[in-house]
Amino acid sequence: MKRKHKESLTSIAILSPSIITLAIFVYGFISRSVQISMLDWDTFANFMRKAKDYVGLENYISLFTESRFQTDLWNTLYFTLFFIIGCLAIGILLSLILNNKPRGGYFFQNLYLFPMAISFVVTGTVWRWIFAPGRLPNNPRGINLLFEQLGLQNLQWGWFTSTNSFLGFNVALIAVIIAAIWQYSGYTMAMWLAGLRGIDQQLIEAARIDGASKWQIFTKILFPIQKPITLSAIIVLAHVSLKAFALIYAMTGSGPNNVTDIPAVYMFEATFRSNRYSTGSAIAIVLLMMVGLLIIPYLVNSFKEE
Amino acid sequence: MLFKKSMLLSILLMVALLFVSSFSAMAQNGEVEIFSWWTGGGEEEGLNALIELFNENYPNVEVINATVAGGAGSNAKAVLKTRMVGGNPPDSFQVHGGAELVNTYVETGLMEPITGLLEEWGVKDKFNQQILEMSSYEGEYYSVPVNVHRSNIMFYNKAVLEENNVEPPTDLASFKEALAKLDEAGVVPLSLGDTNKWPATQIFESLLVSTLGPDGYNGLWNGNTAADDPAVREALVHFNDIMQYVNEDHSALTWQDATQIMHEGEAGFNIMGDWAEGYMKTLGWTPGEEFGWMPVPESEGTFIVITDTFGLPKGAPNPENAKKWLKTIASVEGQDTFNPIKGSIPARLDADKSKYDPYLTSAMEDFAEDTLSPSIAHGSAAPEGFITALNDTINEFITTGDVDEAFENFQKNHEEYVQ
Repeated sequence: MKRKHKESLTSIAILSPSIITLAIFVYGFISRSVQISMLDWDTFANFMRKAKDYVGLENYISLFTESRFQTDLWNTLYFTLFFIIGCLAIGILLSLILNNKPRGGYFFQNLYLFPMAISFVVTGTVWRWIFAPGRLPNNPRGINLLFEQLGLQNLQWGWFTSTNSFLGFNVALIAVIIAAIWQYSGYTMAMWLAGLRGIDQQLIEAARIDGASKWQIFTKILFPIQKPITLSAIIVLAHVSLKAFALIYAMTGSGPNNVTDIPAVYMFEATFRSNRYSTGSAIAIVLLMMVGLLIIPYLVNSFKEE
Repeated sequence: MLFKKSMLLSILLMVALLFVSSFSAMAQNGEVEIFSWWTGGGEEEGLNALIELFNENYPNVEVINATVAGGAGSNAKAVLKTRMVGGNPPDSFQVHGGAELVNTYVETGLMEPITGLLEEWGVKDKFNQQILEMSSYEGEYYSVPVNVHRSNIMFYNKAVLEENNVEPPTDLASFKEALAKLDEAGVVPLSLGDTNKWPATQIFESLLVSTLGPDGYNGLWNGNTAADDPAVREALVHFNDIMQYVNEDHSALTWQDATQIMHEGEAGFNIMGDWAEGYMKTLGWTPGEEFGWMPVPESEGTFIVITDTFGLPKGAPNPENAKKWLKTIASVEGQDTFNPIKGSIPARLDADKSKYDPYLTSAMEDFAEDTLSPSIAHGSAAPEGFITALNDTINEFITTGDVDEAFENFQKNHEEYVQ
C-alpha cells in the first residue's frame, strides 16, 4: 500500500511539469485567444489600453461576411481535398512499386522521402521560380519556358497568377497543390511501405492461387488491411494542409484576388501587419475548430477501439 | 606542473583582458541603440556613413546598430512593436512620419515630444514645415525627418517610347492613349510587380491625388473630404482603365522585377516610388539619359512623401545619447551624408544641391514648392488597419473590375479605420 502511494507520487511528480506547461502554454493561451477574439482590439490604441469591451461574436460575424475570408475557406477546402487525394494516390502507387523490390528500390525510396526533410519555405521559394509564368507569349519563364522549348506551347498558362475559378475552385491553387504533393507524397509512401512489408505474403499468394487479379488483391486485401494506416495518414495530411502557411507565404502570398490565400496567411496579416488583434484571434480560433473537426472524431474512434 | 602553469597563465590573461575591456567601456559615455530596417543596398551604406559621422562628433558614445531585415520594414515594425509594448524600447528608431508614428506610438503615449530640442538646436525652421507637421500631435513635434522619397512618380524608358513614337503624356487621357499605342506595338505598356500588394495601392493613391487634388486628398485624413466623394470613384475608374495595360504576370513579381522589365526594354512606363531611381542606377542607367521621369499625370504640384524619421521613445535607456543622435541627423551635414548614398532627398531645405544627381535635384525643387501629401501605402496617411484593408480592396478590384464594389469597400474601410 505504501509502495503504491509512493509510486503514484513519483508519477505525479514526473508528469506535473508537462501538465503545468500544457495548461499554461496550450490551454491557457487558447482561452486567451478566445477572449481576445471577443474583444474590440482591432486598433493599436485599444490594444494598448487593454480595454475590456466585449463585442461577443461580432468579429466572427464580420469575418464570415468578408469576401476574403470566404475565398479562404473555399481555398482550404479544395486545397485539403486535392492535397490528400494526390498524396495518397501517388504515395500508394510508389509504395506498391517499391514493394516489389525493383532494382535501385532503396535509392528511390530515399529519394522520394527527401522532400519531407526540406522546410516548406525552401519548397515554396523553389516552386515559385518554377511556376512563375513570365510574360506570355514572348517571354515565358520557368516551366512555361520548358514547355516552349519542347514545343508544347498550348500547355502554357498563368499558373499561380491565374484568376480563373471553377465551382469556387481557384485554378491558381493547382501550382501550390503540386508543390505540396511533391513534398508529402513520400510520407504516405513510407507509411504504406512499412505496412506492406508487415503483411503476411501467404495471404497474397493464396489469393493469387485463387485467381485474383492484381487490382482485386489491392482493393480486396491490401487496402482493407492498410485502412488504419491510410486513416492516420489522412489525419496528418489534413492538419498539414491547414498549416500550409509557410508554403503559401513563401510561394505565392495571398495572390491576385486572394486566389491562393488561406486563413493562416490572413491571420498573420491581420494580426501583425494591420494591428487587428481581435480579427486575427478570431481566425485562429476558427482554424483551431477546423483542426478539431478533423481530429476529434479520429480520437474518439481510437479510444473506442482500445 | 607545466599544464597547471599554462592554465594559470591563461586565466590571468583572461582576467586582465576583462579588466581592460571593462575599463575601456568605463572611459566611454555609454551607448546608443539605433533601430532600423536599413539593410539593403544604398541604405545600409548610408546608415554606416551616418554612424561614422556620429562617431566623429561623439567618439565616446558607442552606436549599437540594431537592424531587422526583410519585408520592406514590416518585420522590423513587428519587432519594434513588441519591444515598445514590452517596455524595452531602443534609444531611437526609424519610423515613417505621419500616422505610422502618431497613430501607433504618440497617441498611445509612448513618445517624448522634441519640439524644445528642435528649437534649441535652431533647426526647426530649416525643415520643410509641412513635413514636420506630419509628425506632430496636439502642437508638439515627435520626430526628426531624415530623408524624403516621392511616391507619385512615373519613369519611362526613353528608347522604347521613341521607337513607338510615343510622347511623354501630359494628362490622364494622353497617358491612356500612350498606353494603348504601346500595347498595340506589342510591348508591355506599364510594368507592375504587385506580389506584395502595396505597389498597386501606390498607383491608386497617386490617382486619388490626380482626381481629388492635394487639398481634397489631404482632407480624406483630417475629415474635410468625405470618403464618398465622386472623385474617389473617378480615381477607381482611371485605375481600372490603366490596369488593362499592365503585364499579365504582375502578381508574380516584386517592384524590382517590374523596374527591371522596363530596364530590359520590355516595357514603356513604370510607376514606382523614387527609390526605383536608385535601383536603375545600380542597373547601370544614368538619370535623364536612358530613362526619363514625370509625376503621375495630373498629380503635378503634389509631392506624395514617404519620410523616414527618428524619434525619442519614453523610457529609452540612454536618452541623452539619443538626443545626440537626433541632433546629428537633424544637421545639414547629417542629411547631406545620408541622402546622396541612400538615393533620397533631405527633409531640410538648405541642403547642398551639388551632392545630388539630376533626378534628385529636380525632386528637391518640387519638394520645396509642391503641396505635400502623405502616402497611404507607406503608412503616413492612415492607420495600419486601413492600409491592409485598402490593399485587399485594390487587390480584389484589379481582378473583378467592379468599381461600385471597390468604392463601397473604400468607404466602409474609411469609416471603420480612419474616423
